[in-house]
Amino acid sequence: MMPEWGTLALALAIVLSLSGAVLGLGPMPLPVELNLKLLRNCTLGVWWALAVAFALLVTALVTHDFSVAYVAKNSNTELPRLYCVAAAWGAHEGSLLLWALLLSLWSVLVARHSRSLPPTFRLKVLGVLALVQLGFLLFTLLTSSPFERNLVVPDEGADLNPILQDPALALHPPLLYMGYVGTAVAFAFAVAAMLTGHLDQAFARWVRPWTLASWLALTLGITLGSFWAYYELGWGGWWFWDPVENASFMPWLAATALIHSLAVTAQRGLFRQWTLLLSILTFSLSLLGTFLVRSGVLVSVHSFAADPTRGLFILGLLVFYIVGALLLYALKGQSLTQRGGFDATSRESFLLFNNALLVTTALLILLGTLWPLFLEVFQWGQISVGPPYFNVAFMIPMLPLVALASVGAHAAWKHGALWRRARGLAATAAIAMVLAVLLRSVYPSGGSWLTLCGFFAGCLILCSSLALWWWDLRASFGLRHAAVGMVVAHLGIGVFTIGVTGVSSFAIEKDVSLAPQESAVVADYRVTFIALQPVKGPNYDGLGGTFELRHANQWLATVESQKRVFHAGGAPMTHAAIFSRGGYDLFVALGEDLGAGKWSLRLQYKPLVRLIWWGGVLMALGGLWALVFRAKEVKA
Amino acid sequence: MTPRQKRLWGLVAIAVGVALAATLALQAFNKNITYFFDPSQVVAGQAPSDRPFRLGGMVTKGSVQRTAGSLDVSFVLTDFAHSVTVHYTGMLPDLFREGQGVIAHGSLRAGDFYADEVLAKHDEKYMPPEVAKSLKDHPPAAEKPSP
Repeated sequence: MMPEWGTLALALAIVLSLSGAVLGLGPMPLPVELNLKLLRNCTLGVWWALAVAFALLVTALVTHDFSVAYVAKNSNTELPRLYCVAAAWGAHEGSLLLWALLLSLWSVLVARHSRSLPPTFRLKVLGVLALVQLGFLLFTLLTSSPFERNLVVPDEGADLNPILQDPALALHPPLLYMGYVGTAVAFAFAVAAMLTGHLDQAFARWVRPWTLASWLALTLGITLGSFWAYYELGWGGWWFWDPVENASFMPWLAATALIHSLAVTAQRGLFRQWTLLLSILTFSLSLLGTFLVRSGVLVSVHSFAADPTRGLFILGLLVFYIVGALLLYALKGQSLTQRGGFDATSRESFLLFNNALLVTTALLILLGTLWPLFLEVFQWGQISVGPPYFNVAFMIPMLPLVALASVGAHAAWKHGALWRRARGLAATAAIAMVLAVLLRSVYPSGGSWLTLCGFFAGCLILCSSLALWWWDLRASFGLRHAAVGMVVAHLGIGVFTIGVTGVSSFAIEKDVSLAPQESAVVADYRVTFIALQPVKGPNYDGLGGTFELRHANQWLATVESQKRVFHAGGAPMTHAAIFSRGGYDLFVALGEDLGAGKWSLRLQYKPLVRLIWWGGVLMALGGLWALVFRAKEVKA
Repeated sequence: MTPRQKRLWGLVAIAVGVALAATLALQAFNKNITYFFDPSQVVAGQAPSDRPFRLGGMVTKGSVQRTAGSLDVSFVLTDFAHSVTVHYTGMLPDLFREGQGVIAHGSLRAGDFYADEVLAKHDEKYMPPEVAKSLKDHPPAAEKPSP
């Protein structure tokens, strides 16, 4: 009976969202306060209904109720408990339910923490959120309900895709979804602003923490996903420009731009129309992300579900929300006028460039992701747009952005007044250059001029952010918490830039063929194949190769790389051995039996690779700082 | 400058920036896209011989050959109408198997394809879209199911 209760809960949530949308956006025969109260209760009701539905799905997974199709398809009795729970978002249907659940969570939070807003405005915000919720719930129930029953109950379920059985990946989708869905708040805010014709600085200040929170979740989710890909997919890359990765990265870029443009709107009341447009864009890219991942139009590592009707449904939703919002923008956006100007070297103008560059990057990535699709639809041939394009499209706007941010962070609002820091900034740049040259000289191959540019950009933003901290502390007016958050996040950018530059300039990858007791050398490190032995895991068997790593004849570690074959069937999976120390990682992946006692192995030397994720963590910490301490600020 | 002029200059600056970015992007695009061909097109001489491309098809059963203990491997990719021999040195992906769809990236030399990268499908349900399409164009009726 349990799955039927789940369906019922979903249906209840749909009815409540519909009522919420009507209450918020429809004609208002009731007094505003009563209307708002009803709407808030609807929001709360949706949350409870979805929480029950989700709990039922998790229960079905944990109790191995294979009469539910989703459970039979994505879990089995051998699967460890943690992954039974994680299987709730390991595939299409369940992850949509999670999407809806998280959206209802955001809506409840918005309903609770929006008392400072005028009631009519609040009604509209919650109404828009309910409308978004309604669309996604309809999609879930009509095309992809996780509660569908099997006609014949199997004795044992299929396996959760083995590459998904990992703690980091258990956490990755919820974080990412939290971020995706969070952009709906900024969207609802923008639509409400256009509907009511009001957008003052207080509103912008109000929406900032919400955007920051969703950006924070996106940052952590992407960082975690990248780390997972690195150690779990078995070939040691940290970013593949895979369409699904792009799908999460584009909203991140847009949300980053939005945080910066909201700063201008909140502080100076400028960029209003642009902020609105950017809110719509960010949410559109999040929706597009869901569309790209879930429709099966793009076949990639993550595309486990392929079903065109679902795609069409999501496309319909996408068009409805995006075109609707853009139409509204065309009609009402112009009425939100603003006054005031700024100098060419003011903070506003740096933030303008920041936005232009971030949005350009997002659009370039969008172009590369969608272009092959267009060609295919119109039968103009088959192409693939891979890392070479994306690397260029990412780097050309991003390196100047990092440099601009290093200077722009020192500029004052309205009048810039950069001259007061001119000497200090020049010194900072000189120090950054020296550091970059030193850093480059650590690696014998030296790299190209691009390596130097990358190191310089990374060091520049590090030095300039630290200098900002130091100068403003010494000037004894201290840094506001939002500024501390910015400094920390910018330090993260610097760390990330150095990591990316290091690993893309100096990484060494080598496929070798070795028998036990033989060894190979990769970048001064000697890898010796010690032995091969069978291994046994909870739901897989396999072979493990032990390897000894030495540097200049000094023992570093003995590590094991495994080839796993899961009981539930499917292809074998490589579990790479990764040794990490200080500035580099050594990566050994066991390949296949080549005959004559030899095995193929992939050896990799990855300098500075960890900095990529530490950079992501720092950015998130900066966001968290700004978010948590903002409340304590005297002046926003 | 009046605010109006300032705004105008701002717009001009943005337009120039966008144009520049677009030009660079399109250039990067032209240089960096990779075309896909199936074995029939390669045999018909439609594939370029001077630049790398992607070749996709099914790995013919029993065609995988390797010198024992060496990383050199060769196999035959087919779309069930025509076949091309592929040479590769290195580690093959976990999901590489005979009778499965794969994509190889590399270039043609004397009728054979020399790959620098071999991609296999990522799970049981997945077939590279290009391979799926090319199989649709050349249905595998020509090949008798193996007993």
